[in-house]
Amino acid sequence: MHPSRRDFLKIGTIGGLAASVLGFDLAPAYAQLRTLKIARATETRSTCPYCSVSCGVLIYSIGDKAKNVTPQVIHVEGDPDHPINRGTLCPKGASLEQDILNERRITKPQVRRPGSDHWEDIGWDDAMNEIAQRVKKTRDATFIEKDAAGHSVNRLESIAWTGGCTDTNEFNYLVVKAMRSLGVVHLENQARV
Amino acid sequence: MSQATLRIQKMSGHAGPVPGEGTQRELQVCKLIDVTTCIGCKACEVACLEWNGLPYRETMFENTYQTMPDTAWNFWNVIKFNEYERPDGSLMWLMRKDQCMHCAEPGCLAACPADAAIVQYANGVVDFQQDHCIGCGYCISGCPFNIPKFNSATKKVFKCTLCSDRISEGLEPACIKACPSGCLHFGTKDDMKELAEKRAGQLRDHFGFANAGVYDPPGVGGTGVIYVLHDATNPEEYGGLPKNPTIPWVVKLWKGPVKWLGNLAIAGGIIAVTLHYLRYGAKTVKEDNRAEGGQP
Repeated sequence: MHPSRRDFLKIGTIGGLAASVLGFDLAPAYAQLRTLKIARATETRSTCPYCSVSCGVLIYSIGDKAKNVTPQVIHVEGDPDHPINRGTLCPKGASLEQDILNERRITKPQVRRPGSDHWEDIGWDDAMNEIAQRVKKTRDATFIEKDAAGHSVNRLESIAWTGGCTDTNEFNYLVVKAMRSLGVVHLENQARV
Repeated sequence: MSQATLRIQKMSGHAGPVPGEGTQRELQVCKLIDVTTCIGCKACEVACLEWNGLPYRETMFENTYQTMPDTAWNFWNVIKFNEYERPDGSLMWLMRKDQCMHCAEPGCLAACPADAAIVQYANGVVDFQQDHCIGCGYCISGCPFNIPKFNSATKKVFKCTLCSDRISEGLEPACIKACPSGCLHFGTKDDMKELAEKRAGQLRDHFGFANAGVYDPPGVGGTGVIYVLHDATNPEEYGGLPKNPTIPWVVKLWKGPVKWLGNLAIAGGIIAVTLHYLRYGAKTVKEDNRAEGGQP
């Protein structure tokens, strides 16, 4: 058999088509995967608010902090650079996303008045004013200038301050300054289990 | 759309070899679960739900601290709590994180008839591709660990993906990262086997567990999730971990000899029909049949 040039081209074309249709694909098979949901999300370092161990967490939120974006949390996981937990979290810490994205989360100040059986909303300014007034009233009424022996003590025993595990050094510095200036002696912290 | 891809080395229901199979070197990934240091905190369960966007569901109480009796289509990872009575009468907890074992020879993949609905990546992870899944549920009967779970609403089967979206980007799976007691480890299969053997040796030499050992069953070609057990001779105590898991013989028979016999029958049938045609020619309707009121 001596095919002409025309026949050769015909055979070649048909054979090539058949090969590609019937499947002689030598390219490796790949599977496409679900997108890494935190790939370009904003990563924010924070501290787990639950117990006094104070594990470091990474909070991932949508967007890149651009002006027109309202960030919302999409994922929370342990911070591998944090010396306390080195990326690990307990089940409560691992569910922090649920703590943030929760319709029952309280996002504004509330007050339960003496004798009342329910919580009522109060604005931030009102809350601050009320706290300030009560502190002033309590301090004016109970400030101790001299103890029984007549020593000058200038202390306030009727107010106590308690801090949380997420408080930073800077915050605690300010707390001590402010509270000591009022004369508060009972400074306590949750981080001592 | 995702840019992340992983190379496939095994594909369910696929005629012929997988293109490009074995042409590239890739490390085998592995989870190591040291059940002797598990405290049953369930951080891995929560981390799994959180990362994979699965619902936080109500737990069930069945006289055990276990979250629920078994894994579910939207709950891929459950710690099995087992109370074990030692020979001296004292009690101990056996807590085992139960999830997909990512077998080297997966029974689900062998049983699956849909092309590429179950794939094994070159790094050893066995993953379900729900868009190719036909919802037949054969993978459920093919799995010796009772892992794939059917969602009756979408008619698809789901299970642990070994966080393939994370590991394809170089991260560890979510459960591994969360574990606060350090009982979960992640790395290459070789490293994990070495670590597991070292730990089992420690348990044998210093902790009085004479039968401590590593669970990496050869019946399914080894697994991508290996356990260190206090008593490797008795894995059933850990919430029904099979001693020697294998692909069910029905699946083997059906995907092996029966399949080839069937193919032979189809090809033989075609050849026989052709030969019959060549020998006897086409069947023609006789004129007198027509006259008797048969089909025109």
